[in-house]
Amino acid sequence: MDLEFISSHIPMYVEAAGLTVRIAIYGIIGALIVGLICSLIKELKLPVLKEIVQIYIELSRNTPLLIQLFFLYFGLPKLGIVLSSKACATAGLIFLGGSYMAEGFRTGIDSVPQIQRESAYSLGLTREQTFFRIILPQAVATSVPVFCANMIFLIKETSVFSAVALADLMYVTKDLIGLYYNTDEALLMLVIAYLIILLPISLVTSWLERRVRYAGFGN
Amino acid sequence: MAETILEVSKLTKSFDGGSAVLNEINFSIKKGEVVVVVGSSGCGKSTFLRCLNFLEQIDSGEILLDGKKIDISAKALPKYREKIGMVFQSYELFPHKTVLENVMLAPLLVQKRNKAEVKAEAEKLLARVGVAEKKDMYPRQLSGGQKQRVAIVRSLIMHPEVLLLDEITAALDPEMVREVLQVVLELAKEGMTMLIVTHEMDFAKAVADRVIFLDQGEIIEEEPPEIFFGEPKTERAKRFLNTFHYEALEDK
Repeated sequence: MDLEFISSHIPMYVEAAGLTVRIAIYGIIGALIVGLICSLIKELKLPVLKEIVQIYIELSRNTPLLIQLFFLYFGLPKLGIVLSSKACATAGLIFLGGSYMAEGFRTGIDSVPQIQRESAYSLGLTREQTFFRIILPQAVATSVPVFCANMIFLIKETSVFSAVALADLMYVTKDLIGLYYNTDEALLMLVIAYLIILLPISLVTSWLERRVRYAGFGN
Repeated sequence: MAETILEVSKLTKSFDGGSAVLNEINFSIKKGEVVVVVGSSGCGKSTFLRCLNFLEQIDSGEILLDGKKIDISAKALPKYREKIGMVFQSYELFPHKTVLENVMLAPLLVQKRNKAEVKAEAEKLLARVGVAEKKDMYPRQLSGGQKQRVAIVRSLIMHPEVLLLDEITAALDPEMVREVLQVVLELAKEGMTMLIVTHEMDFAKAVADRVIFLDQGEIIEEEPPEIFFGEPKTERAKRFLNTFHYEALEDK
């Protein structure tokens, strides 16, 4: 094990990890927004749009992220749309994550009894008010574990970004291996970098899950 | 004669093309009147109440509020429902909101009323039904009877023209039934217009101005409680009322 090699390349990994984390954050926030919009469309049963949402969800969940990225990076330019590596990676992560988050919202929404809606309707609330004030807050509390699992899943998925020439952790690792043949050291640093990113998130989310489970609105 | 508030003509409802749960129901209720709907389970009384609030889509017929036909478009319906209060068997308070938030939600959000005024009224109403000290608690921390009294307050604060009560004591322990029905009796005394579905026959006798007996989706009898409980006209009503007397079973 070449410790000097490791210590001299730490800054490279830190920079790459920063990029990975930044894109993961944009991706997760974007995915949550897309998921929320999808579930709102389903709740309001908007014609046409709800079919589009269904097609999107099936398409997104049943194709690998790598293929989605290839489409964005190599396919779209043929249609005259050229995106940077970063934009492709972010868009790809949102496209993939959106459907998982939408399913997360759906699980929560389905767990709220229909009569809660009726109770809100009979007070004169509109369908939109009922969704945002009554259904969503209860649904989110139920869905927290799903959102947490999705978050970790999406961060792990970022490891394919190197395929669209984004200088993320995987890209740096492959670069170093190609240049110096220090395969062991480079891969070790890659594993540790991902652990450093994911372990705290994993701990925070499991704490959050426990809190949501026991807090239970005044219980 | 008091004015008619709610009027229903030829209301018909069936589920998934099956036989009619409600068959050409004609009904009206006047301001300040208390009408109790009774009947064996599955006779359509809950469905009838739910149709009045359009929680069930009706197949045909008309519902008029203050003489005006109801516009059931998604835009207009909330405006109508605002005027029709409804209390459910299972309370259906919003679990993520405190008692006070539950009560204040609709007046603020739907009627856009002044917050201080709504809060004062909410506290007054909660005190009246005896749950003032629970106002900052969550529904889960309340007993069934307390939850149901909060649910009644949540409807009352909207100042509805009619209150629909759908078996509001059916899920309660016997000792809690009384505290809830006491509230309803007081409302009746104050002139609240109410349509009540209940299995509590003694309560029905005490509170009703008029009793409606539903059987197989049709109104079989409609008369003052003294007559309905004293000398019901139809065989079906007699049989129904007999099921509440245990000694009657010995005759079999």
